[in-house]
Amino acid sequence: MFEIVSTEELGPRIKRFEIKAPLVARKIKPGQFIMLRIDDNGERIPLTMVDHDAEAGTVTIIFEEVGKTTIQLGKLKTGDELLDFIGPLGAYHDMTGGEHGRVIGVGGGIGNAPLLPKVSEFHEQGLEVTGIIGARSKEILILEDEIKAACDTLHICTDDGSHGHHGFVSDVLKQLLDESTDYDFVLAIGPPIMMKVCRDLVKPYGVPCYVSLNTIMVDGTGMCGSCRVSVGDEVKFACVDGPEMRGEEIDFEEMMARQRRYVDEEQCALERYLKEVGE
Amino acid sequence: MTEEERKRRKREGLQLLEKISMPEQEPEVRARNFKEVPHGYTAEMAVEEAWRCIQCKNSPCVQGCPVEIDIPAFIRAIQEENFQESVDVIKRTNALPAVCGRVCPQEEQCEKLCVRGKKGMPVAIGRLERFAADWEAEQGEAKVPETAPPNGHKVAVIGCGPGGMTCAGDLALLGYEVHVYEAFHASGGVLRYGIPEFRLPKDIVDRETHYLEQLGVHFHYNMVIGNVWTLEEMREEEGFEAFYIGTGAGLPWFMKIEGENLNGVYSANEFLTRANLMRAYDPDNYDTPTWVGENTAVVGGGNVAMDSARTALRLGAENVYIVYRRSWEQMPARDEEMEHAREEGVDFRLLQNPIAILGDEKGWVKGVKCIKMELGEPDASGRRRPVPIEGSEFVLDIDCFIVAIGNGPNPLLPDATPELKVNKWGNITADEIGRTSIPGVFAGGDIVTGAATVIEAMGAGKIAARGIHDYLDGDMSETDWPAFE
Ligand SMILES: Cc1cc2nc3c(=O)[nH]c(=O)nc-3n(C[C@H](O)[C@H](O)[C@H](O)COP(=O)(O)OP(=O)(O)OC[C@H]3O[C@@H](n4cnc5c(N)ncnc54)[C@H](O)[C@@H]3O)c2cc1C
Ligand SMILES: Cc1cc2nc3c(=O)[nH]c(=O)nc-3n(C[C@H](O)[C@H](O)[C@H](O)COP(=O)(O)OP(=O)(O)OC[C@H]3O[C@@H](n4cnc5c(N)ncnc54)[C@H](O)[C@@H]3O)c2cc1C
Ligand code: SF4
Ligand code: FES
Repeated sequence: MFEIVSTEELGPRIKRFEIKAPLVARKIKPGQFIMLRIDDNGERIPLTMVDHDAEAGTVTIIFEEVGKTTIQLGKLKTGDELLDFIGPLGAYHDMTGGEHGRVIGVGGGIGNAPLLPKVSEFHEQGLEVTGIIGARSKEILILEDEIKAACDTLHICTDDGSHGHHGFVSDVLKQLLDESTDYDFVLAIGPPIMMKVCRDLVKPYGVPCYVSLNTIMVDGTGMCGSCRVSVGDEVKFACVDGPEMRGEEIDFEEMMARQRRYVDEEQCALERYLKEVGE
Repeated sequence: MTEEERKRRKREGLQLLEKISMPEQEPEVRARNFKEVPHGYTAEMAVEEAWRCIQCKNSPCVQGCPVEIDIPAFIRAIQEENFQESVDVIKRTNALPAVCGRVCPQEEQCEKLCVRGKKGMPVAIGRLERFAADWEAEQGEAKVPETAPPNGHKVAVIGCGPGGMTCAGDLALLGYEVHVYEAFHASGGVLRYGIPEFRLPKDIVDRETHYLEQLGVHFHYNMVIGNVWTLEEMREEEGFEAFYIGTGAGLPWFMKIEGENLNGVYSANEFLTRANLMRAYDPDNYDTPTWVGENTAVVGGGNVAMDSARTALRLGAENVYIVYRRSWEQMPARDEEMEHAREEGVDFRLLQNPIAILGDEKGWVKGVKCIKMELGEPDASGRRRPVPIEGSEFVLDIDCFIVAIGNGPNPLLPDATPELKVNKWGNITADEIGRTSIPGVFAGGDIVTGAATVIEAMGAGKIAARGIHDYLDGDMSETDWPAFE
């Protein structure tokens, strides 16, 4: 069993948990993820490591309550335990900069959570980091201060203009690239549509673009192929080849269609759960 | 039993040319539930079947058994109604008889060589093995043999499939401190995530796991070795002196045809893992979703294909097709599974091969384009090679497609262990007793041989346990370790 040692609400339906998992904490690196199962009837869901403390033996995750499992997770309290917590999973990509020593990190919505450990790592490596983070509106924009601390410059965007630039992260990204293309790479993490837009936008500038894929997973160890994506002529498994990978040739349309495979079943599971807990 | 009775039974047994049939659920009923299909022999049936065995002096059947169970001896015990003795005989060489009695390809092994098979059917060795094991389970907790006193050596078993479990049990009996590390949250490997409940009830896997726990084996789940620890770290930090790697063949192959990433296309591994390990067949109680269409096609001809097809039926598919490029006789699945699938209404489309999967505008499968095949000249394996018949393409209307054409080795652990030599397909290189290119590290089962059978994995686990014993507590020294090119 894996104890929840702290919980915190970061915004409406967005929570940060610290989990006691010493073996995972010792090894996990930015960009890698864990899978957890709350109880024996539950589904295994993937969540990205946001922070880890090898000494204290803890791993921090941040999640948005979007369906049965994440809603159930959100009801747990400090001291409660998770049945399974598996990791580290996924490949670690050392994206150490190149000739320019400058990189851009773009985060959208809940994607700002996985972005944080990445930009922090870039910062520690001595890279000049420009951050662009966005959300629908101010109260669901998470981790602004933490990301700011890791960036040399930080741009903030909200869809409704309640904070920072009124518009999408891609607008700011375009402006930056128009001014200069002296960046080693762009890393974009967020909803698939945002990553696709960023990828398409960056391509003509000739700057490499990384993304982090959130495909539907079962095992997270490369044995089922649920997470497969088309990358050029190849098929890759996001759980072992990724989740981070070069974005240029990823077939995002296919990936987005595949993410909707179980919408009806997910809805049923959610309704059944809400009835069970009387909501 | 009186001498006279023995004579009578022997005579009657000789006259029976066919196996005593095993009662099972009716096909129409069972095709919609997940309960085990055969009910197993009653004691009377088992004894009657046992008397069909003529106790051959040279017992050819034993040569067909990969772990050399003393078959005539265990059958003899059933003849005499000494069921406990019968189990004891089997367990001397096979730790998982309840599993093997259900899933071994007996028709290719012991029963293939049985003398009675020359005229009529061979003795139902598998069913008798299953009977003996189930009889023991009904008596309550299995007898736990005494283990040798602790010898102070610590061994890690990586992968909790039948091979790893066998190796762990044997080493525990010899007095080793054994720790099993499994990536999933449960034991059994393919026995848990692959082979469905209706063929191998998970109670049996639980029972065997419990037995090993009682022998003192430590189980650690959710441990993806390679990621959470390297072998070197386990050696240095945890004090392991030897390893057995039994991580199986868990990498699904796809056909590399158009449309394979459409919604509604699964690897058999995904489909079966959702249904079995995650229990998606019971959506009222378990969260993991699965989906099966009205018309499902499974491509492949092995046990994995049969299991997928029969699972699809039970999940509610109206029509289930097995599309296979060779003919019935050439299918590698166990005979019983093919028969069961046919009885349950699986529609076999033989000598056909999918060449493209067709999708609708929303990205879901709507059909599969196949081509008809004919058998040509024999290939390297001696089987006649299927060749496409030009111009014979046609479309089968389906909304779900399951790829069951085989699995390769999962590269995760080898990738994290660069000194561990693998062949060009990624299987770990090991000698006949399981020694790999790293001293102290043994391997066996599907990760070495490629996808094979439960009993072969168990045999490899057993041999490696002996090897590990020899290495840590016997004559084998580091300098005896073979060099691998
Ligand atoms: C590698 C990886 C890292 C992730 N990291 C984070 C993270 O740090 N924080 C976070 O909030 N979310 C993260 N996700 C997404 C998270 O796993 C899903 O939100 C979660 O599984 C939803 O489960 P549910 O039962 O609550 O909702 P469901 O009712 O199952 O699904 C709600 C919606 O979530 C999406 N979804 C469902 N299952 C998955 C799945 N297995 N993977 C991805 N999306 C899914 C679908 O679009 C679905 O419509 C990550 C996903 C992956 C693959
Ligand atoms: C659907 C299906 C039906 C089958 N039917 C039959 C049948 O009827 N009869 C028969 O004889 N054979 C059958 N087989 C084949 C048989 O199941 C296998 O040959 C056998 O299970 C191999 O055993 P193993 O011990 O080598 O590994 P597996 O059973 O494959 O177990 C390997 C285990 O290692 C774990 N693992 C992998 N990587 C790691 C890691 N890095 N760290 C920790 N753990 C790890 C896996 O999660 C898994 O639990 C079938 C196979 C399938 C898939
Ligand atoms: S070959 Fe058949 S008849 Fe002979 S001992 Fe074996 S099981 Fe009995
Ligand atoms: S989640 Fe199963 S292979 Fe990636």
